[in-house]
Amino acid sequence: MATPANLPVPDGIDLESLEFSLRRPRSLFSYVMSVLTGLATIAALFPLVSVLYMLVEKGTQSLSMGAFTQLPPAAMTTGGGVGNAIVGTIVIVALATIISVPVGILAAIYITEFGPETYTAAAVRFAAKVLTGLPSILAGVFAFAVVVVATGGFSAPAGAVALALLMLPTILLTAEEAIKRVPPRMREAAVGMGATPTQVVSKVVVPTALPGILTGVMLAVARAAGETAPLLFTALFSDFWISRTFPQFLPKILGDLMKPTASLAVIIYNFSGSPFENQIALAWTAALILVILVLIVNVAGQVLARRTANR
Amino acid sequence: MSAAPSTTNGIVPHGDTLIDCKITELHYGKFKAVRDVAVNIVKGTITAFIGPSGCGKSTALRCLNRMNDLVRGFRIKGNVIFRGYDIYAPNVDPVAVRRHIGMVFQQPNPFAMSIYRNVAFGLNLNRYKGNHAEKVELALRQAALWDEVKDKLHSSGLSLSGGQQQRLCIARAIATEPAVLLMDEPCSALDPIATHKIEELMKELQKKYTIAIVTHNLQQAKRVADMTAFLYVDTSQGGRTGYQVEYGPTKSLFENPQEKHTKDYLSGEFS
Amino acid sequence: MSSTADATHHPAAKGPVFAAVESDISRAPTAIELVSDRIFRSATRIIAWLCVFLVFYVVVSIARVAMPAVHTYGTSFLTSTTWDANRGQLGILPAIVGTMYSSLLGLFIGSAFGLAIALFLSEGFLSQALDALMEWMGVAQRPFWAAVPAYVEDVLKVTIELLAAIPSVVYGLWGIFVIIPLIRPPADWLYNHLGWIPLFGTPLSGPGLFPASVVLAIMVLPTISAISRDALSAVPPKMREAAFGIGATRWEAILAIFIPTAATGIFGAIILGFGRALGETMALAMLAGNANVISWSVFSPANTLAALLANKFPEADSREVGALMYAALVLLGITLLVNVVGTLILQRADASLKGLR
Repeated sequence: MATPANLPVPDGIDLESLEFSLRRPRSLFSYVMSVLTGLATIAALFPLVSVLYMLVEKGTQSLSMGAFTQLPPAAMTTGGGVGNAIVGTIVIVALATIISVPVGILAAIYITEFGPETYTAAAVRFAAKVLTGLPSILAGVFAFAVVVVATGGFSAPAGAVALALLMLPTILLTAEEAIKRVPPRMREAAVGMGATPTQVVSKVVVPTALPGILTGVMLAVARAAGETAPLLFTALFSDFWISRTFPQFLPKILGDLMKPTASLAVIIYNFSGSPFENQIALAWTAALILVILVLIVNVAGQVLARRTANR
Repeated sequence: MSAAPSTTNGIVPHGDTLIDCKITELHYGKFKAVRDVAVNIVKGTITAFIGPSGCGKSTALRCLNRMNDLVRGFRIKGNVIFRGYDIYAPNVDPVAVRRHIGMVFQQPNPFAMSIYRNVAFGLNLNRYKGNHAEKVELALRQAALWDEVKDKLHSSGLSLSGGQQQRLCIARAIATEPAVLLMDEPCSALDPIATHKIEELMKELQKKYTIAIVTHNLQQAKRVADMTAFLYVDTSQGGRTGYQVEYGPTKSLFENPQEKHTKDYLSGEFS
Repeated sequence: MSSTADATHHPAAKGPVFAAVESDISRAPTAIELVSDRIFRSATRIIAWLCVFLVFYVVVSIARVAMPAVHTYGTSFLTSTTWDANRGQLGILPAIVGTMYSSLLGLFIGSAFGLAIALFLSEGFLSQALDALMEWMGVAQRPFWAAVPAYVEDVLKVTIELLAAIPSVVYGLWGIFVIIPLIRPPADWLYNHLGWIPLFGTPLSGPGLFPASVVLAIMVLPTISAISRDALSAVPPKMREAAFGIGATRWEAILAIFIPTAATGIFGAIILGFGRALGETMALAMLAGNANVISWSVFSPANTLAALLANKFPEADSREVGALMYAALVLLGITLLVNVVGTLILQRADASLKGLR
């Protein structure tokens, strides 16, 4: 930095000391730390890149129509697929959604609309935050203790109960946030029109908050689809389709569901420890399918979230 | 005695009394917000509440459709008689009251739905069995909004400008043909042109509806109201309690105010 | 006009109110509307209470199913180190130690990276670097390029969150085939040259504590990063101005002022991250080695409570199942404690910063 020659310099100030220089220890330290932070961030992205790369590289090797439509192969045989696991995942997650979504949304409605400052509301919020941290395997143990022991066997609904327990806090807390974002003056308008409290909620508040609520549901679904440990205690695994009759993936009666059910997460776990190449390859394929499913739902949920935040 | 009361002759209008409001005391918890308000709202007239900020005019207006019930600790001593029924009687459902007494608020507050569904909201709520589209068009015409939105009835109500949104809220409120329409400073959030449009609107609406309006705009009250109530703040007992100072035909109130506070307010427009 | 009311008695409304009003559209709410309103409001209240009871129900159910084993094995269960189902000698001390060790190690690594990322994003380093780059490229003024830093930051945030979206079991699979081979060469070097340090005391035979902890770190860093970022963003702008106003360099401000202010929130984030790490199952089940061994060495195989449950349960007989339920109860106790403490700390952090805004 060159000083114009005709500018007066105040006494006691050394202009050179105002220059930015990396030779000063304070500035150097700051610079180095910034660089380290940047490197750490890049390093943290490496696992994601690596995981996706491996999934694509190894997962596509066994990817074929058969992968979607066939049953898991025995050791050392070629072919086979994870069809029943895909169906099982969809069925169990669907059941879990049916259980957890109404409970989560109704509870969220209570704590924001009907009883926002009651002790109940504070208790519900605290309970939801505690449940958020519940290890997934303990959700499985819980469902085991309650459903499996009661019904006498492993089954898809038992798995659904475990997953529902894991989905509930996310759905509840996200729905609460979404409902709180509805402007109070819209509620006032509805009350002014002579709507009962229930009508205010059902005709105005929930429809307006719906995108936010949906985001929470999608994020919860994405997480539940990838859970393994709870299913080990509840739905276990099966080498067969859900129903033995046509179409094999649709349960004809409730009884068809009350048996151990396959899922993508469990098959990955089972096959990952296998010494046989064909099963390991299928583990990667199953992982690829699962991650694609999960990422689509998750990203869709995040996009929806950003879109509603900007409205 | 004219059958259609007007502001120009300064005579108290005669006709059906729709609302006979007498508030002795109104509390929010320990805070005494309003005392001694008494107005008589006659069918087909416009009644205005004026006064400085904080004098309780919005509070008084909201008593007329029990909107104050929503505030914690609300207590009222007095009665509000609507067509012979005290709406504050113990077994009266406030929801029912609000079906017959509509309200337009200070900030436009359309729902996050299409214009059509906003206006039809009341029709759906009351399960109106007739032709919805007809009533929607009628309400929008009466609110002087039809021409501007007739080609985009299905676009969102939130996409309109502020003045249009307020007219949408008016259309929504009148679609169900309420007996009385309450308007709480409907123009204060709008620009002068939009304000003017709504004032024009009010004169038209008066032909069919009975209106009670709160406004801090004295010119507006002078222009549209038949009867005016002037409220002021009483600080004599430590708190700020609103009370009714003077009430009468608009022309008389403005030209010949009886009370000192009224005179001061109208001349100096202090707040 | 009189201004005081008097008791001209008006009838209280009975029956269908306001029936005499002439509008043919507005009408009072029907009985169905009113009854369903009541029912709906009660239903939501009941369900809200259900959610609270759920937490207790979960604890009670697990405790109930663990009780027989608690009576059988007593507290020696927590201190003995063998797990031999056939001989009825069952102990979870190695699993408890392994849980703590792997979680702390994973937390340490994860927090370092998580905090770094949180700082990177909340202090605007990226925007700064990109702005500098664009100045150098000469395109800083064009609207398209000016929007790039914000866009890249958004992409970064989404990517970090995607790290959390990948299922645990997939990380386990990836860990087996990528992390373990990757760690082997440096692990062998460390063992051969520095094996006298207890940390590197055993060779890496495959699955082990360290690979498991690395994957654990990857899984908790999104949580820590997100919550820390919130805590750092909550530092009031006035404080930032004050810090730079007295001439602190970027990092002096960060280390001496911003981090301490956000400390409670960051601490809460770490505690919650710890809670997550404790409960992680699959990655550890597949990578920790499933060995009931207690060792300081990070390369030694180990076990955790969650991994123990996942690995043993499918093949367990009824006696072993009982013992596993006991182990589950222990895990429940530990994670509940950590999560409750973490939630309380975060609530306090939120409240204390409110006063500063």
